[in-house]
Amino acid sequence: MLEVRSLSKIYGLRYALKDVSFVAQPGRVLGIFGPNGAGKTTLVRILAGQVRPTAGTVSFFGRQASGDEPEVRRHIGVVGHHTFLYDDLTAVENLRFYCRMYGLRLGESELLARLEEVGLASRAHEPVRYLSRGMQQRLALARATLHNPEILLLDEPYTGLDQSAVALLDSLLARERLRGHSTLLVTHDVEHGLQLADDVLVLVQGRITASGPAQQFSADSVTSFYQSQGEEAR
Amino acid sequence: MSYLRGIAAIYWKDVLLEFRTRQSIGTMLVFCLTIVVIFNFVFEPGSEAVREVAPGILWSSFAFAGILGINRSFSFEIDRGGLQGLLLCPVERSTIYFAKVLGNLTLMLLVELVTLPIFAILYNLPTQINLPGLALALVLGTLGFAAVGSLLSALSANTRAREILLPVLLFPVSVPVLIAMVKSTGPLLAGRPFGEVAGWLRLLLGFDLLFLAISSIMFPYVVEE
Repeated sequence: MLEVRSLSKIYGLRYALKDVSFVAQPGRVLGIFGPNGAGKTTLVRILAGQVRPTAGTVSFFGRQASGDEPEVRRHIGVVGHHTFLYDDLTAVENLRFYCRMYGLRLGESELLARLEEVGLASRAHEPVRYLSRGMQQRLALARATLHNPEILLLDEPYTGLDQSAVALLDSLLARERLRGHSTLLVTHDVEHGLQLADDVLVLVQGRITASGPAQQFSADSVTSFYQSQGEEAR
Repeated sequence: MSYLRGIAAIYWKDVLLEFRTRQSIGTMLVFCLTIVVIFNFVFEPGSEAVREVAPGILWSSFAFAGILGINRSFSFEIDRGGLQGLLLCPVERSTIYFAKVLGNLTLMLLVELVTLPIFAILYNLPTQINLPGLALALVLGTLGFAAVGSLLSALSANTRAREILLPVLLFPVSVPVLIAMVKSTGPLLAGRPFGEVAGWLRLLLGFDLLFLAISSIMFPYVVEE
């Protein structure tokens, strides 16, 4: 379980996040929506331990994290704006490298099986630079789930994916839910996000403007929060 | 154990990437040899003047070539988002620093290994070079330069003017290393005994240990936003 309490982040004089609190329950997908600059990526980066918050706490499984604890990072998988892959290494070499970093002992056949799951087994020995953007994103998913993390942070994971890859990612989310893992899904595709999410969080200008079970929201109601809050700010 | 595993994994990845692309070593070698060849036309080979300036020429070429490699060691990680990926891994962040120091040390020593014989031939240096002493001096000096350079490379990699910023930051900080290197290399190239330069080598060792310790503590703060 992931618990965030009164989280704030200030860049210069501007609040990127202000007093954000929520809980991501095991076996549920938390959809995080918001317009550009709402603080969604900042939130993901704080949860991933890449950025230190100005104030507030993040707890994983009841234990408060400082952001610089390797053991906490072992439980987190991240798909972000970057794929975190090396262009001049092959797909399988990239996975092998991250296996070593996570202290996993996966053999060649197991790595190929992971690539098969994301439909890339036939391209396993090609350098990443020769893979399309969508394929690289699929490989990034394989990388992020390599260590079977209990918490999956997905920041715009659908970017560049074709229909089959979207279906693949949807099935991966369903699998994570069945395994009892928590998933945070940041997406601009509100309609699709609402289909996948169990709970919803709407962020506007660094603040939570709405939250609750996904059934209470429609795509129109989510986007209406963007506009109303934007007008209030003006 | 996981600490060493992390260092080994990042080091091996960097070596493999360099082996595939040869981007750093190629540039460093060309740059280093160019400096050596240019100065060869200025001084009479085998003359007394050459013996006096040889350590300076050698270390100027090593230091400037080294900067090219050190600069790239973090810039390519930043450009592709690789550093963020490394920061997500369950290893101490200082493992990234030590892996980069090792990578830069390897690259620079390879360049030095190729350059040194060519330098000796071009400048007609005496044959009684104190090789064990020179090897020790090269390793200690290069380690100090790589230790400071790797930290400052991480610091400057996030800036727009990183190619300019790194030398501006690195050269003033590494002045003690460069002075100690030049002062110890001169007598060793002339075949003088190890004892004559032991003081300079102790200074290098002290500098290396001090900067490796300080940098490993500072590195997590440097890479964190």
